[in-house]
Amino acid sequence: MELLGRQEVWNITYDHALGETASTFYTLIRDEAAIYGRRIAGSNKVMVPPRSFSDETLEPTGEWVKVGPGGRIEAFTMVYEAFKNLPPPPYAFGYVLLDGADTALGGFFKGIDLTDPEAAAAKLKIGTRVVATFAAERKGEMMDFWFELEG
Amino acid sequence: MSGDRVGIIGIGQSAFRARRDDANYPELVREAVVMAMADAKMDFDAIQAVVYSLSPDAMIGIGNAERLGVDAVGGRSKPFLRINTGGATGISSAAAAYYHVASGMYDVVLTAGADKVGECGDSQSVLNKIWDPSYERPLPLGTINMLAMSGLRYMDQFGMTQEDMAYVTVKNRRHAALNPNAHLRKVVTIDDVMDSRIISWPIKLLDCCPQSTGGAALVMASEKYIKDNHLDAVWITGVAHAAETYWMGDRMGNNPTAEHSGAHALARSFEKSYRMAGIKDPAKQVHVAELYAPFSNTEFHAIDSAKLVAKPGDSIRPLLDGEFELGGRIPVNPSGGTLCTNAIAVTAMARVAETALQVWGRAGAHQVKGAKLGIASGNGGDHQIFGTMVIEA
Repeated sequence: MELLGRQEVWNITYDHALGETASTFYTLIRDEAAIYGRRIAGSNKVMVPPRSFSDETLEPTGEWVKVGPGGRIEAFTMVYEAFKNLPPPPYAFGYVLLDGADTALGGFFKGIDLTDPEAAAAKLKIGTRVVATFAAERKGEMMDFWFELEG
Repeated sequence: MSGDRVGIIGIGQSAFRARRDDANYPELVREAVVMAMADAKMDFDAIQAVVYSLSPDAMIGIGNAERLGVDAVGGRSKPFLRINTGGATGISSAAAAYYHVASGMYDVVLTAGADKVGECGDSQSVLNKIWDPSYERPLPLGTINMLAMSGLRYMDQFGMTQEDMAYVTVKNRRHAALNPNAHLRKVVTIDDVMDSRIISWPIKLLDCCPQSTGGAALVMASEKYIKDNHLDAVWITGVAHAAETYWMGDRMGNNPTAEHSGAHALARSFEKSYRMAGIKDPAKQVHVAELYAPFSNTEFHAIDSAKLVAKPGDSIRPLLDGEFELGGRIPVNPSGGTLCTNAIAVTAMARVAETALQVWGRAGAHQVKGAKLGIASGNGGDHQIFGTMVIEA
């Protein structure tokens, strides 16, 4: 028998409130071209990205601490497949432990030739030093910065 | 043996495929339910409560589709609740059904669901939406690249190679070839995997699970009901969950509580399940394991977390030596596992169902000879919420 189908598209717009902590984080990126984390009272650990409370102590976090711009790669991947509503491949992104931070921050890696995946993977290996680099014109969002190899 | 155990008395599973154009969503749920009811040799009137297994709505494109499921499971006038823990949903639903019976409130409970991932234009676009809108959504995160980064850290810490990953696919495809319900059943070689295109390095196409369509259902009952009605059953003797931080970047850096190369809370969950079942040495006592592993590399940290080896990283060598294959020391994913079939809403229920079939001696061509004690797991959220079970004959 003839089996029929019908196509549906979901396209929903949300205006998310970021809250005080993330708003401060992005405002500092926009105005100072610098990344800040929040110190966990008691443990001295600096959370980046900053959160208003610690999942370990379950207490509010305290002072703002400037971290980076240098850091080390903790994880990366290079995406070669196109996915709907995601950037065109190839691209590299992952997580970096910025100097002075205790947790890793996500971001894109730029300035790496991704033509040869194995060669690119060797350049991005865990422990590699990178530096957070800021756009000249910043809007106060994640895309205002990315990571490049140090030196 | 005490008289208050909870048994599985009926199992239904679809033959999972990419698409099922002959059945809409509730029809697919009903298909699995009818199979489970027939297996339990009972009719809908005997079911006292229903736990509905449904992960993110956007995967099937129907908001709160459990509403459609009420009719498919015969839920009219009965207690009915939906469970969603992402990829762990199926085992979380089984656990919730277990609690319904173990609490003493109900004697016979049904858990069921279905997924049609193959109808979703791009599941990674849906899965990107599981990340928080404040910090991580602007990044192109998805489950593939999240677990590619887990694999990268596992390589860095334990020396896993891309060929080691490929062998997991080779093993599980051999198993799936024996399982008529598996979605990807073609046997492949290490070269086939290595030559497949890179999706998110180091994960290649053949290191990935498929987007599957199908349903699953389980009927559970109290030991008293089972004995009073002279029914056949296998027994859930251990059940647990554990969660860990949402933040992937907190699973790396300086002294993380949970390390992203592994599955910290999966190990905690297994410890609890083993304690409940009285298992002291899983490497010696477990006969078969159905461990949720949607990408080849993740089977290594699942085996580590189930303590089928002494410590993290120790799973690589024995896997390559065939210890976790059918005929080996402890077959892992003899059904082919999540790597060969992933209907997300019920994929972890399939782990429970397959483990139950194994210890029941009803697994067919992929039966592990003499299996009497098996384990199952499910991973959900941002590699974050883990359910485990011990099932015994």
